Amino acid sequence: MKQKTMDNNQDFSSKAYLDMELLRFSTAGSVDDGKSTLIGRLLYDSKSIFEDQLESVKRASIKKGNEQIDLALVTDGLRAEREQGITIDVAYRYFATPKRKFIIADTPGHVQYTRNMVTGASTANAALILIDARNGVTEQTYRHSYISSLLQIPHLIICVNKMDLVDYKEEVYEEIKEQFSAFASKLDVKDIRFVPISALKGDNVVDHSKNMPWYGGGTLRYILENIHVGSDLNHLDPRFPVQYVIRPQSDEFHDYRGYAGRVAGGVFRKGDRVVVLPSGFATTIEAIDGYKEELKEAYPPMSVTIRLADDIDISRGDMIVKENNVPEISQDVDVMVCWMSEKAMQTRMKYHLKHTTNDVKCMVKEIKYKVDVNTLNRIEDGNELKMNEIARVTLRTTKPLYFDSYRQNRQTGSLILIDEATNNTVGVGMIV
Amino acid sequence: MKKYNINHLRELESESIFIMREVAAQFENPGLLFSGGKDSIVMVHLAVKAFWPAKIPFPLVHIDTGHNFEETITFRDELVEKIGARLIVGSVQESIDKGRVAEEKGYNASRNLLQTVTLLDTIEEAKLDAALGGGRRDEEKARAKERFFSHRDEFGQWDPKNQRPELWNIFNGKKHLGEHFRVFPLSNWTEMDIWQYIYLENIDIPSLYFTHERAAFIRDGVVLADAPFMMKRDTEEVKTMQVRCRTIGDITCTGLTFSTADNLEDIIAEIAATRVTERGGRADDKRSESAMEDRKKEGYF
Repeated sequence: MKQKTMDNNQDFSSKAYLDMELLRFSTAGSVDDGKSTLIGRLLYDSKSIFEDQLESVKRASIKKGNEQIDLALVTDGLRAEREQGITIDVAYRYFATPKRKFIIADTPGHVQYTRNMVTGASTANAALILIDARNGVTEQTYRHSYISSLLQIPHLIICVNKMDLVDYKEEVYEEIKEQFSAFASKLDVKDIRFVPISALKGDNVVDHSKNMPWYGGGTLRYILENIHVGSDLNHLDPRFPVQYVIRPQSDEFHDYRGYAGRVAGGVFRKGDRVVVLPSGFATTIEAIDGYKEELKEAYPPMSVTIRLADDIDISRGDMIVKENNVPEISQDVDVMVCWMSEKAMQTRMKYHLKHTTNDVKCMVKEIKYKVDVNTLNRIEDGNELKMNEIARVTLRTTKPLYFDSYRQNRQTGSLILIDEATNNTVGVGMIV
Repeated sequence: MKKYNINHLRELESESIFIMREVAAQFENPGLLFSGGKDSIVMVHLAVKAFWPAKIPFPLVHIDTGHNFEETITFRDELVEKIGARLIVGSVQESIDKGRVAEEKGYNASRNLLQTVTLLDTIEEAKLDAALGGGRRDEEKARAKERFFSHRDEFGQWDPKNQRPELWNIFNGKKHLGEHFRVFPLSNWTEMDIWQYIYLENIDIPSLYFTHERAAFIRDGVVLADAPFMMKRDTEEVKTMQVRCRTIGDITCTGLTFSTADNLEDIIAEIAATRVTERGGRADDKRSESAMEDRKKEGYF
């Protein structure tokens, strides 16, 4: 049954499959920088585009009057996107190699879509940043890189694309690398890698390029498969936001009371001394339940149910933490906010605020400064934050939040703001 | 696997369980849309895990087109019995009898489109404020743009160009009276993930997914099961064929695959080698380039 293709080493036996890790990465780009071609190639070479999908793309390409198959049509899902030839929204794509399963958050690159870029970056382990070898580092490169660093994506992969159009010259690649590195020193990113590619011709995407013998590093796929993601989650500071209280009230589980949630940080073990916020009561973990079994320990991103030794009043929005490692507790938070709504944010305005499983209200006390996403310059102007703008903001909440800085923990350091009238999510924030 | 890493299936499982608990916490009256297909069976399995040792705190909701594979209904009833869940059935036949919808005519007539009306009526009657669905983003290009928490207005419509941003794992389920949400916990799963998970967890699935002999015929290259209500052209000859279902939907538009796979390992090998998506056999998606987007805007699953 196994197919003979260039990729016949694909192993989907269940044993291998269960050993696979998940890597989420974001891409951002505009129409011309070859982003769609690159995604198309990654999907195609890993056999994730199927014949009927290719057929439908062919049909659509012909309809549009294109001579070649337009791989961008694979990623454009909505009618309006196909008609206008632009990506409006974040699209998610999936492919797997024998080592990893990948989720791509594919976002538009134009400045007016900063909010979509932020959305796609929020869960990513890595960001692919495309640079056209002919143009070098551009404003868009700065924007993508800054947003990736603001959203604390741990790994940046800089793809210098269209190397075929600069005769595969090493000098061009080195110059871009230098240019970018100078800028990157201003960013807060742990790991930056460079790879010279041609998405169109396939150089260094899946296979090593014969055209660039001077490049000794791995191909893009090799990098994606081998980036170390194990340390991206916080395993140091135990945080367990209570999501839902499980009380079966059945004969068999008459007195059962479990606190369900997803571990947001650190490691919890049976017998650990813990404190429940906001009450401050201390108790011991009696058991950590999985499905029909007790677990020895729980860590991110596991969904489990914790039982405690003492009967304490605990509900959704509370947080279980270790006695000797408590997050910040405050009604005043400093946040980097990205605004997502056409109706601008203003000082003194009130919003619903969601943070972990907690639901409170807040007021905007101060907009301290805005950041120019193209230059990283701080702008101190006015008391209004418009759509796609990013600013440092001070919020005052109706009830205390238990939080860490976003740098320390992406789960307990993030929040969203909701318009009280429309119920729309209008802003997102990373706690400073 | 290194210490403090979980493999990708467990990560997907954990994400889906988190979403299910979020739904139970944020909504007053949710329901789980159950079709009898593998995705909704996995959904039920995850829901059972999410709330154990308590029962699932919401009913299963089946939109019954009346054009089912018999095995689907038997399987549904046994599953409901086993997990002790409540079942709500919305009947397309009833919608037709009441004059809410008109039956399509002709050879390619299907009740697939009619389901939307029955679904929305059922949601309204049962006063559901959230309907959990088994849709996956890898299924279809309009679905690739779908949120986990997908807002529907008072007419049940989806506005794809104006969706709420969804970041990290914070989900905004706030809504006005009369509006509801569709929630898709399996958004990040692929077809392969579903099969591997069924294998890993040893989940029961209807026998239709395994090879069997069935009276079937071929229309436009798609193998369809024969049934009393299927109109056939003179050229369409019913023969006994060795087939299995890759997806299960309304019998009139579920394409069958020639296959001898009689166990999960063989099915997985078959999926790994196949070059056609699972919806490639679904006549409902072939109607136009935007067939799914259009149906979804109206309130389809």
